[in-house]
Amino acid sequence: MSTNVIMPQLGESVVEGTVTRWLKRAGEAVTEFEALLEVNTDKVDTEIPAPASGTVLRVYVAEGQTVRAGTLLAVIGQPGEATPEAATEATGAHRAAPAAPAPPAEANPAEAGRRGELGFISPVVARLASERGVDLGQVRGTGQGGRITKKDVLAFVGGRDAAPAPWETPALGELFRPSEELRGAQPSVAAPSTAAAAAGSTVPLTAVRRSIAEHMVRSRHTSPHVSTIMEADLSRVLSHRLAHRESFGRDGVNLTLTAYFVSASVAALKAVPMANASWSEQGIVLHRGVNIGVAVSLGDEGLIVPVIQEADQLSLLALARMVNDLSGRARAHKLAPDEVQGGTFTITNHGVSGSLFATPIINQPQCAILGVGALQKRVVVIETPDPSGGVQDSVAIRPMVYLSLTFDHRILDGAMADAFLGTVVETLERWT
Amino acid sequence: MAEITLIEGLRQAMDEELGRDERVFIVGEDVGPRGGVFRATLGLFDKYGPQRVIDSPLAELSIVGVGIGAALYGLRPICEIQFADFIHPAFNQIVSEAAKMCYRSNGDWTVPLVIRAPYGGGIGGGLYHSQSLEAFFTHVPGLKVVIPSNPHDAKGLLKAAVRDPNPVIFLEPKKGYRLIRGEVPEGGDLLVPIGPARISRPGADLSVFAYGMMHHYVLQAAEIVAAEGIQAEVIDLRTLLPIDRAAILSSVRKTGKALIVHEDNRTGGYGAEIAAILSDDAFTDLDAPVRRLAGPDVPAVPFSHPMQDWFMPNTEKIAAAIRELAAF
Repeated sequence: MSTNVIMPQLGESVVEGTVTRWLKRAGEAVTEFEALLEVNTDKVDTEIPAPASGTVLRVYVAEGQTVRAGTLLAVIGQPGEATPEAATEATGAHRAAPAAPAPPAEANPAEAGRRGELGFISPVVARLASERGVDLGQVRGTGQGGRITKKDVLAFVGGRDAAPAPWETPALGELFRPSEELRGAQPSVAAPSTAAAAAGSTVPLTAVRRSIAEHMVRSRHTSPHVSTIMEADLSRVLSHRLAHRESFGRDGVNLTLTAYFVSASVAALKAVPMANASWSEQGIVLHRGVNIGVAVSLGDEGLIVPVIQEADQLSLLALARMVNDLSGRARAHKLAPDEVQGGTFTITNHGVSGSLFATPIINQPQCAILGVGALQKRVVVIETPDPSGGVQDSVAIRPMVYLSLTFDHRILDGAMADAFLGTVVETLERWT
Repeated sequence: MAEITLIEGLRQAMDEELGRDERVFIVGEDVGPRGGVFRATLGLFDKYGPQRVIDSPLAELSIVGVGIGAALYGLRPICEIQFADFIHPAFNQIVSEAAKMCYRSNGDWTVPLVIRAPYGGGIGGGLYHSQSLEAFFTHVPGLKVVIPSNPHDAKGLLKAAVRDPNPVIFLEPKKGYRLIRGEVPEGGDLLVPIGPARISRPGADLSVFAYGMMHHYVLQAAEIVAAEGIQAEVIDLRTLLPIDRAAILSSVRKTGKALIVHEDNRTGGYGAEIAAILSDDAFTDLDAPVRRLAGPDVPAVPFSHPMQDWFMPNTEKIAAAIRELAAF
């Protein structure tokens, strides 16, 4: 049996050595521990003893050659014995990593089934689910034992956000409050948050704030926003309201101006169905139902958009009742999930904080959003028929409001948007 | 750019600093005509003479004590501890004197001292030539602790350490002295700042933190698992004290998973500090437990080769730990 002669590691930090001289040649006999060759490293020069007695069958490394520790230098054995072919690195301390990759990790651990209902929820998964409003029960887990991983949540959110549900997209703007509050004391929303007032400090992002920011940016990137602005004379609406307030009150309903704006929007959405639509690459999706979201401010906590489902099927009384109910429960955090879903159009009343007109951001994937400005008594010029058949101008004081429509220019062009907004104005001004 | 060994990077750094600033000198066992047991100071005695490259007695307490005194007098000593294992007699000098001087004198006195010490196992050195002791020193405010993983950083960090006004414990992965080669720019004044860690391989699936010899193995392991579809981000910490918290946090905020590899034994090791930082400041970013792959809690690296292999983390063990964490 032959014995291999290996380049030893000559010192703790030494990884290679140079063969300076062979003391025995191939074919010569050698006894164990007899000096076989001389080796030089950058630390030492030394003789290497023969590891066994026998004949030097073959020498692999020539004098002057530098090789790594562990390299086969020579083979000692009995004449006629077979010798290895190549002077490759023998097995030793510096074994290379195995060439063949280890078998991949379990292909689909989810098939093993999740332990418990959801399995282990890691901190980052819990945070992402809360921030992005993810129902973890719907997420397929690919981690150990079917655990839901961070990647699983991100993949789920990625897929869902491709066609975001409307309730995840709070509208911009201020709350749509009953007009009593509008005319009452200064709204509290005008007071800046004390936390934000501290100079040079950072206010931590709440989940709602982060979500609003994300959706606003996404909406701006999704739709080309264009705004058009008109004004409406609310004289007839106000006199109608004055006349019916008491009878509505007897039914337990507080008749707010909001109900009129919802009703006027319904009329306009029916006149211009393209405004009750969503963009898709396959085509413009016209929605069958007219579901109108109304933005409700939750103060420092952000805002929420409850939806009046099938608003086109409701009378003014029913609309007013719905607005009362939804806005009240929104502030009390008592909305059911399906009450913030499925909106096809949104109204936001930024006028509450005194704003005359604004250009809100569209609540994706809707087509448009109506902004209602502050109600103001303004001097306007009124044209009345002249007995001689002409037109007579007169000056009057009228309750006026600016209305803005911000729309997705992929779906609507300016003329169609103006037709929509004109219908809202006309409905309000001709209220009977 | 020339490809050189890690130890040649160290030698060049000392040569250049000795040449640049006459306040710089080297003191240690056999560092003179012999050039050090690892030959890190080879040729420097002949070039700069016995006043600048000084053979010391076998007394580590005095090597460091002399260094501290000289530093207080305005010199820039580089103390060589032959093996990090032998540093313990100097512990009092390092911890009670060098580390505290600036604080104790309210900034009037500083100790611009570098202590070089080859550390680590896997070289068949047995109990007294294999120790890793970074954790003793990373516990001490007032010290800086640096461990390079490649010739470029070895050279640049050592030159920066010589110029640093504070005591720097410069631990050198001795197994990598001649094993790790790399390109280092020729000429110029190569400085690598003390402090910042470096992403040596970007990845999205998990973060692996290492330094010194283990960093070398981690890169190899990352290459192996990449073929299996696992993208490990590798961070070479380079400076252990002060710790680059921002680099650690930003990587884990991205990947959600962290593995720390060191050959020093696990309990009270440096990995525990990284795990604590992640728990403090990245808890809600974690998608898996923070894992440590470290030497076992036995008193020393065994001499027997099979036992040494059992002790030391290596490429295969690291790849296995990465796979396990990636699958979590």
